[in-house]
Amino acid sequence: MNVPDDLYYTESHEWVRVEGENARVGITDHAQAELTDVVYVELPKVGAAAEAKGQIAVVESVKAASDIYAPVKGTVVDVNKALEGNPALINTDPFGEGWIFMLKMDAPEQVKQLKDAAGYRAAIG
Amino acid sequence: MTGAGPKKTPLYDEHVRLGAKMIPFGDWIMPVQYSGIIDEHLAVRKNVGVFDISHMGQLIARGPRAGAWLNEMLTNNIDKLEIGTGQYTFLLNERGGIIDDLIVYRTAPETFLLVVNASRTDEDFAWLQKHLGDNAELENRSADFGGLAIQGPRMIELLQAMVGKEAELPARNQIRDFDSAGIKLTIARTGYTGEDGVEVFFAAKDAAKVWNEVLAKGKELGIRPCGLGARDTLRLEMCYPLNGSDLSPDHNPIEAGLGFFVDLKKPKFVGREVLADAKEKGTPNRLVAFRMKSKGPPPRPHYSVWRDSERIGEVTSGSLSPSLNEGIGMAYVAAVHAKVGTEIEIEIRDRKLPAIIEKKPLYKKS
Repeated sequence: MNVPDDLYYTESHEWVRVEGENARVGITDHAQAELTDVVYVELPKVGAAAEAKGQIAVVESVKAASDIYAPVKGTVVDVNKALEGNPALINTDPFGEGWIFMLKMDAPEQVKQLKDAAGYRAAIG
Repeated sequence: MTGAGPKKTPLYDEHVRLGAKMIPFGDWIMPVQYSGIIDEHLAVRKNVGVFDISHMGQLIARGPRAGAWLNEMLTNNIDKLEIGTGQYTFLLNERGGIIDDLIVYRTAPETFLLVVNASRTDEDFAWLQKHLGDNAELENRSADFGGLAIQGPRMIELLQAMVGKEAELPARNQIRDFDSAGIKLTIARTGYTGEDGVEVFFAAKDAAKVWNEVLAKGKELGIRPCGLGARDTLRLEMCYPLNGSDLSPDHNPIEAGLGFFVDLKKPKFVGREVLADAKEKGTPNRLVAFRMKSKGPPPRPHYSVWRDSERIGEVTSGSLSPSLNEGIGMAYVAAVHAKVGTEIEIEIRDRKLPAIIEKKPLYKKS
């Protein structure tokens, strides 16, 4: 299972890539493999306020809908519109083309409370 | 089941070996998918797929009065069954509510095989035992058998590779015994996918051998091992009901639109009065099939159904249809709104999204 070293991770299987004061967020390779074929993504609205661990998006597979949580507090500044036409990008490229949204972080140091790659690898066994 | 952990079919190790994702299903642990639900679904529509159905229950009734007794327990008419044929039927409670939907086969003049839902096997057996008539006996043989469903347009080629090209396969709803390399296979021409298919039963000890033989012989036909995920999307496209979702002890077959499998001409069967009344006066709710009118989130069980700001019902099954690539589902709605073509709305996370009531089945082979 792919767990890139340069990302932060949540217990609920989101990843975070810090880009300046922004955090790009998606779900991990492990999560997409568990969810299986993603058929719909409900994106957050640009401008929406996100609370750390607050529900912010929904990823639906054939079988079920799963909530996606904001890893840190912030404001949504961008969403991945490509997922509207091709939600399977989450399956094929979870850490790249399959990103879901970007947050402008209220307190960028919050990411330090998330897991690093080693911690996440340990968590998923 | 207490403290013993989930029940495993005789194919559990094979599923794990193939990398299946295993999930709890009632008392059982079953494969939900191998290569992916959409891939498996499309393989069944286009080529052939094989499903482990060893968890399903097999009850055997026999005796001089077995047929007459079953005719008082089940809704369809056993007298219409010739030897080697089966019919879809319901086991009802006294309120006409559905305990289980099942297929009953007459395998000998006074012997009947009931193939029942895994999660209801013990309940069905207990109910039937409690109501057992004179000169009839009932056995629960579920643990003795393994079972596979082989479904899809290339099923015949696969079966011929196993039992010989000359062998005459059973016609739709028929059941017959075959020999495949010394293993006895009981093959019934039926299924839960809408494709031509069979359900094959055999001694539990032969399960892995039969499973691997099917996968080997099916390889050049494009076979996929298929899990519960694809089984559910395939049956939903056909609007075949799933007990526990679309059927329950609180719903009767008339409400579910399945009156075809109820013979009200029979003088007596459990639930008959309620069903005769429902047929005559109509039921408050009806099980309908619907399709989402635009791309968007798929419908799911328990979502509310609306029409003109009135809540008219609840979704019982819903998914993305892999064949149609759109959201589909079934719902109980107030009978006055149950007409085909009615515009409805499905409430999905605080949004009401447009849908339309469609004729069953939702998927028709082109």
